[in-house]
Amino acid sequence: MEKITNQKGWFLVLPVFALVAFSAVIPLMTVVNYSVQDTFGNNKFFWNGIGWYQELLSPSTELGGRFFASLWRNLAFSAIVLAIEMPLGIVVALAMPREGWGVAFSLVVLALPLLIPWNVVGTIWQIFGRTDIGLLGYTLNWLGSDYNYVANPLDAWLTIIAMDVWHWSSLVALLCYAGLKSIPEAFYQAASIDGASRWAVFRAIQLPKMKRVLLIAGLLRFMDSFMIYTEPFVVTGGGPGNSTTFLSIELVKLALGQFDLGKAAAMSIVYMLIIIIVCWVYYTVMTNAGEDRGSARGGP
Amino acid sequence: MARIDLVDLAHSYGGPDADPSTFALKPTSMTWRQGGAYALLGPSGCGKTTLLNIISGIVRPSRGKVLFDGKDVMALSTQQRNIAQVFQFPVIYDTMTVGENLAFPLKNRGLPRAQIAARVAEIARLLDLGPVLARKANRLSVDAKQKISLGRGLVRADVAAILFDEPLTVIDPGLKWELRSKLKVLHRALDLTMIYVTHDQTEALTFADTVVVMHEGSVVQTGTPEELFVRPAHTFVGYFIGSPGMNVLPAEVRGRQARIAGHPLGLDKSYALPAGARIEIGIRPEFVKVAAPAPGLLSAEIERIDDLGRSRFARLRVGDLRMAARMPKGLAIAGSAAGLVFDPAQIHVYADSRRVEGTA
Repeated sequence: MEKITNQKGWFLVLPVFALVAFSAVIPLMTVVNYSVQDTFGNNKFFWNGIGWYQELLSPSTELGGRFFASLWRNLAFSAIVLAIEMPLGIVVALAMPREGWGVAFSLVVLALPLLIPWNVVGTIWQIFGRTDIGLLGYTLNWLGSDYNYVANPLDAWLTIIAMDVWHWSSLVALLCYAGLKSIPEAFYQAASIDGASRWAVFRAIQLPKMKRVLLIAGLLRFMDSFMIYTEPFVVTGGGPGNSTTFLSIELVKLALGQFDLGKAAAMSIVYMLIIIIVCWVYYTVMTNAGEDRGSARGGP
Repeated sequence: MARIDLVDLAHSYGGPDADPSTFALKPTSMTWRQGGAYALLGPSGCGKTTLLNIISGIVRPSRGKVLFDGKDVMALSTQQRNIAQVFQFPVIYDTMTVGENLAFPLKNRGLPRAQIAARVAEIARLLDLGPVLARKANRLSVDAKQKISLGRGLVRADVAAILFDEPLTVIDPGLKWELRSKLKVLHRALDLTMIYVTHDQTEALTFADTVVVMHEGSVVQTGTPEELFVRPAHTFVGYFIGSPGMNVLPAEVRGRQARIAGHPLGLDKSYALPAGARIEIGIRPEFVKVAAPAPGLLSAEIERIDDLGRSRFARLRVGDLRMAARMPKGLAIAGSAAGLVFDPAQIHVYADSRRVEGTA
């Protein structure tokens, strides 16, 4: 049969193209434009080529130093919260009831932290951790610890990590729960007939069936934690010193604090590329992990 | 290896206080002898799977108990009952290879490695899984996956019984035959009790030496394939087994004579029937012969003729009753009018659907 050529479909996707162009592509191009120029205010711009990028990527310059310091800080933060939230989410999902009134109850309780706006979460923990009036800070001090997130970088980190775990573990748990619910009862029946232990059921059935949602959960949590801004900004403002200044906080300091649009634009582009590349690598590695590298698809 | 007794077993998914007529399994007592090959046959929703799941311990019955070799196992878990069960749809462990899947039930029971390897190799050979043993199980076809499920059911040598819950539903027709005969061979070789649930009469009759027919939550007949064919104890069995199914015709029966649609038929035996019961006679199409219309024969009108290759069956209308009858070889009938010749020895009389034994 001869293939019919019909290009009318392009007209149907045109509105989407226009929308994406206005909402993403054009603003992005503006940033690219800024990143190769310098400005001294008065809306006057000077061509700077790849100068900002060179400065940004060499750790010896002031800009590069700040960028790499906050980049490592941010990577460490993402790694720590992922390492806590993923296992915790799985454990919570496994412990959730499968039927009865408990299902609705636990779903609502888990969804609560997700419904709270970021800056409110920040404010809650900012007050919670205060040593004069906060329940957490006051109690810890009363117990003899010298906890003080305003003065001690380690305490600031612990507070922010605890806050992120409190805020986002639910998301991982809910996704895992959805994955668990999709496992047909026959798998559990077969496992009990095969004499599988609780751990074997988890390893052989639940974890493989949750693989997909865990992949999504990991991606979402990485992106979110790597872009975190509001909560640490509200709790610590990036301090003490620069100890909790993550990439986005650094970026805002550059763009709005110092009004260095060129530097900030170059940093935005690199920041975005890092997120895209890490997500792509993560996704590719995770989807290919554990696949059959033997012969082709199909039956024997 | 065990004899399994069901004692006054009943189950309702609505709890023990539900209306007895809604029970998924109505009160049932029966014995499965050690080493038997049983088929549990019945249409979808007749309670076959419920019965199977009660035996394996997946479902707790509302009433009654299950005994293995005389020992009450109601308090035991599926695992402790030492039952193997194969489900309708393949259950495989995605992350494992075919070999690891087969070894899983043995590994969980802590068997020595050498013994596991030997057993897995044997089952893989029987099911032709040898060439794919090292492959990841989740990349295989549905057929192969179901073979793995079967293999996991068969791999343990010491099980009390193996239960199959319509295991060949997803398998290709050609392979179905092959696997069924393999199961039969395995049954002979292993001397295990096997219970095979199916709604396919061919499957049941070829696999089992005893067929248990279920209908609306009750066991209506237990017997050899031949008994089910020759002496159906319930009109449902007559209708469900055989193709075409048994003719079941409303009739009046008095002593040695039956009347259908006003026509008298001689019976082999004499029947004393309960008053007020719904009386039917049943005769398999194989024992009703189509002939040219003649006085004394029940006259019928041929609606169509089904040629099944080895035999031909006529679909007929007698008054407003419909029935099927065998067309003798070489018989040609002009027009649609025909007469029917009944074999009196093969006529069964049913009162309220249950077969009544006559006296000579």
